[in-house]
Amino acid sequence: MDGSIPASRSAELAAPARPARHYSPWLDAWRRFRRHRLAVASLVILGLMIAAILLAPFIWGLAINDIDFTARLKGPSWQHPFGTDDLGQDLLARMLYGGRISIAVGLAAMVVAIVVGTIIGAVAGMSRGWVGPALMWLTDLFLSLPTLPLLLLVIYLFRDALKSMFGPEGGVFVLIVVVIGGLRWMPAARLVRAQFLSLREKEFVEAARALGASKLRQVVRHILPNALGPVIVAATIDVAAAIIAESTLSFLGLGFPPDIPTWGRILFDAKDYLDIAPYWALFPGAAIFLTVLSINFIGDGLRDALDPRKVM
Amino acid sequence: MTVMGRYLLRRLLIAIPSLLGISLVLFTVLALAPGDPFQELATNPAVPPEVRAALRAKFGLDDPVWSRYVHWLIAMLQGDWGFSFASRINVDTLILQRLPVTLFIIGSAQLLALLIAIPVGVYAAMRPYSVFDQISSTLAFVGFSLPTFFTGLLLILIFSVQLDWLPFVYRADISETGWRWYWEHFRQSIMPISVLGLALGASMTRYVRSSVLDVIRLDYVTTARAKGLGERIVIVKHVVRNALIPVVTLIALQMPGIFGGAIVTEQIFRIPGIGSLVISAILANDTPVIMACTFVFACLVVLFNLIADVLYGWLDPRITFG
Repeated sequence: MDGSIPASRSAELAAPARPARHYSPWLDAWRRFRRHRLAVASLVILGLMIAAILLAPFIWGLAINDIDFTARLKGPSWQHPFGTDDLGQDLLARMLYGGRISIAVGLAAMVVAIVVGTIIGAVAGMSRGWVGPALMWLTDLFLSLPTLPLLLLVIYLFRDALKSMFGPEGGVFVLIVVVIGGLRWMPAARLVRAQFLSLREKEFVEAARALGASKLRQVVRHILPNALGPVIVAATIDVAAAIIAESTLSFLGLGFPPDIPTWGRILFDAKDYLDIAPYWALFPGAAIFLTVLSINFIGDGLRDALDPRKVM
Repeated sequence: MTVMGRYLLRRLLIAIPSLLGISLVLFTVLALAPGDPFQELATNPAVPPEVRAALRAKFGLDDPVWSRYVHWLIAMLQGDWGFSFASRINVDTLILQRLPVTLFIIGSAQLLALLIAIPVGVYAAMRPYSVFDQISSTLAFVGFSLPTFFTGLLLILIFSVQLDWLPFVYRADISETGWRWYWEHFRQSIMPISVLGLALGASMTRYVRSSVLDVIRLDYVTTARAKGLGERIVIVKHVVRNALIPVVTLIALQMPGIFGGAIVTEQIFRIPGIGSLVISAILANDTPVIMACTFVFACLVVLFNLIADVLYGWLDPRITFG
């Protein structure tokens, strides 16, 4: 800490007046994120894919369910860049549509997981009595549940009831989002609790408490914003995990109904034609892989940028 | 009683509440599920309402929820898992038939993952940020971003369809005898085990790398080097031994995910294990089998956590057994 006590007043005065640099933690994080080249490249790729998926109806005119028996199982061509399936339906159109669902499921399930995880983690992190350990026991219990078998069990038991409530598409969507989100909140809860346990003893929280801030205000205004970095990283990874979970369910034939071509569902239909139409499986598989890989790289870049525990 | 014995007993006692908790979650899901098992009888005019009521009473459907839970739990613990409507045999016999294949696949995949992860992870950590480290960590990212169902299809496409080297359907009844039997068995296991093993190995490599990096900077490693020990001995005897202790716990934490991968792998290669049993039971609306399989998966997770805890206690002398 040399320099903190100036040798003389003149020494302090002589220090050149630096131009006031506008400092923002987000700008700083972006600067650190940019250093991770693969993460930036992934951001571009993911951005392009999402743009293609969102703008698809305006660009690609073919419908997802135009059956054309004269063009069955045709390989990639100018007319059908990704080829056609066994009913002659255009695979590019189906994949653009399915991508919207896969990414929507991923984002929605992430929101469920992060909201539940943050609430449970915050309550556990703020409580000083028996509530915290009890919630952590629950978290550990959920961590040791076999996710996919349980997912299959819940979908098997509740499928029909939800279908009648929200319609065939909405029902499956709600079910998959709630169940994937409901089985993935544990890492976020643990992270938030660990952050809260250390942050709640910091001076600035003590100052807020001394000024009479209510518990809710302490959490929302002072503790939570400081705990957000690792939660954002966990949220990114959760999107990738949810996309894989949804694709796995659809691949097993237990996710969305056949008329909704999510990427996993297209793979499920394609797997019996591997010998005559390999492109049919390769395109959706590559799409899932590319999406998940770029999300994971972005998560890695965000970890460098936002996680204060990592010293660059 | 020895110290280790007491530690073991305490771990066992801790496992019981988590088993009870898991059973509670399963039962809650089952109890909340809509639908009445006797609905068919209700719409059948030939069955009088009194008979239906008697049946409901006999199976305890009108009892309070907690008493139904206790009955269900006792039945599960006694191995009385019901009757499979689809296969026409008792569920416990069915699962015992299927379990060995699943355990064989998971065990071999775990072994393959360790055989990849330990050398690669250790070597990468010895030269952090070198070219080898960067390539291996990028490959690890690729590895765990590849969903198991896609790797499986890719392998089938390459090695079965294009090259025609390996069979893509797993057969439980191989007619060959002697060493031919082992050879056929080995050939058909290569792809399923690789699919699962590569997925596991990718994330495990990262664990091993970061764990070795934590240890390699410690003072005792410097001391070992200062004594004039060779780099090989320092790494193998001093670093890796200690670095692998936390990896044991991480492997146990991965266990629930492994079963997900096993279900997919068994489904792709048509391996007759409990993973493919769950799927076929769901397609056949065979509720007792689905419940029992989920319960078995949950028990296996708890069992592997227990084994990891015990191994951890045995490997790490800093753990107090008291």
